[in-house]
Amino acid sequence: MSRRVLVLVGTKKGAFIVEGDERRTDWSLRGPFCEAWPIHHLNYDPATGTLYAGGGSEWFGPAVWRSRDLGDTWTQSGEGLTYGDAGPKIRKVWNVTPAHGALYAGVDPAGLFRSADGGVSWTHVQGLREHPTCSDWQPGAGGLCLHSIVPHPSDPMQMWVAISAVGTFYSADGGVTWTPRNKGVRAGFLPDQYPETGQCVHKLVRAPDGPGRLYQQNHCGVYRSVDGGASWEEITEGLPSEFGFPMAVHPRDAETAYVIPLTADHARVVPDGKVAVWRSNDAGRTWTALRAGLPQQNAYVGVLREAMAVDTLDTAGVYFGTSTGQLFGSANEGDSWSLLADFLPPVWSVEVALVES
Amino acid sequence: MALAYLPRSLVSLFPGMPGRIQVEAASVSELIDWLDYEWPGARFRLCDAGPVIREHINIFVDGEKSTLSTALRPDSEVYILTAVAGG
Repeated sequence: MSRRVLVLVGTKKGAFIVEGDERRTDWSLRGPFCEAWPIHHLNYDPATGTLYAGGGSEWFGPAVWRSRDLGDTWTQSGEGLTYGDAGPKIRKVWNVTPAHGALYAGVDPAGLFRSADGGVSWTHVQGLREHPTCSDWQPGAGGLCLHSIVPHPSDPMQMWVAISAVGTFYSADGGVTWTPRNKGVRAGFLPDQYPETGQCVHKLVRAPDGPGRLYQQNHCGVYRSVDGGASWEEITEGLPSEFGFPMAVHPRDAETAYVIPLTADHARVVPDGKVAVWRSNDAGRTWTALRAGLPQQNAYVGVLREAMAVDTLDTAGVYFGTSTGQLFGSANEGDSWSLLADFLPPVWSVEVALVES
Repeated sequence: MALAYLPRSLVSLFPGMPGRIQVEAASVSELIDWLDYEWPGARFRLCDAGPVIREHINIFVDGEKSTLSTALRPDSEVYILTAVAGG
């Protein structure tokens, strides 16, 4: 039991850390951090041991906070998070993802930034917004947010990103050029239901078996790709709703994925007031509801796009946070659940870090 | 020198930044430049692309709501305020 498990929680009112050991039975809470700023994503870079929190203040604009001591002290910066004086104003940071020695930030309105100095300063990855479809990008209810950053596991030149109400893009040249990767993904809210862009991807994740297998929870279904997003196959069948926000993949089994279906369109809470995580062990061909330990009566909770994560322990842990401030966890791959923390602000993101004691 | 009052929510972002400062500056923009020199990043927190004062930051000079180009007198009193907000 030499490692600590840190469940990293971004909320509407700051960042929190819920901490336990590898048994994952007893938890303690620290926070709120980041001056209680709205934090859309709290993440960890195992290469440097740094926590990064992306968010935005209605007063002071976008920021990435960083802590090099696992949350004891924090500093913030937004230097370079701008499209220039003639460009649109950046409202917030939605995602911070470390990859290949750099740090990436997805922002609203949608764009990608890169930091080579650990989040002190930022440079716009201009190629994405130079895509000819950019002028057609329109915000969804959650804004025009770049919410998913999926690095290639070994090649720093390759990356996928996903933008709400726009779709998935892929770059093979370090972000200089990008191509849409939405073929086969339905946009049920548009006259042309299979456009080049305009798909409302809610969360994009990569499976651990190589760069080609991707999954996404979309506004209009759940999808799997085995060719790096060049084509997608819908795998919604068997779920109680095609709508949901988060998606996660088992850390070693590429065919095991998790979603949390929500009732569309206005409700966006779990169906019938019963909380369930749905797991597939066969890459989305079949789905099973996981309910043990989760509220099964009068629980009208939502779970947002960044708010589910898995750890990498031998028996993987799964965690999710609700829009009403509950944090649930499973130490057995979703078979049973317990409440790790309650009465938090609305949870916007959940990630997991394993650190040496 | 102009006397400027800074909001607590700004001061808390920059170690050592006081809540009240005296600055020799000819305009609001110069005042913010001075803040940014002393506490790098302060301008980004107060100004947005344009450049303009951020939408929900209000700067009053001698009782009047100002812009970046508003002139300061040696005895000006400046209040940098965060807009009231809910939620």
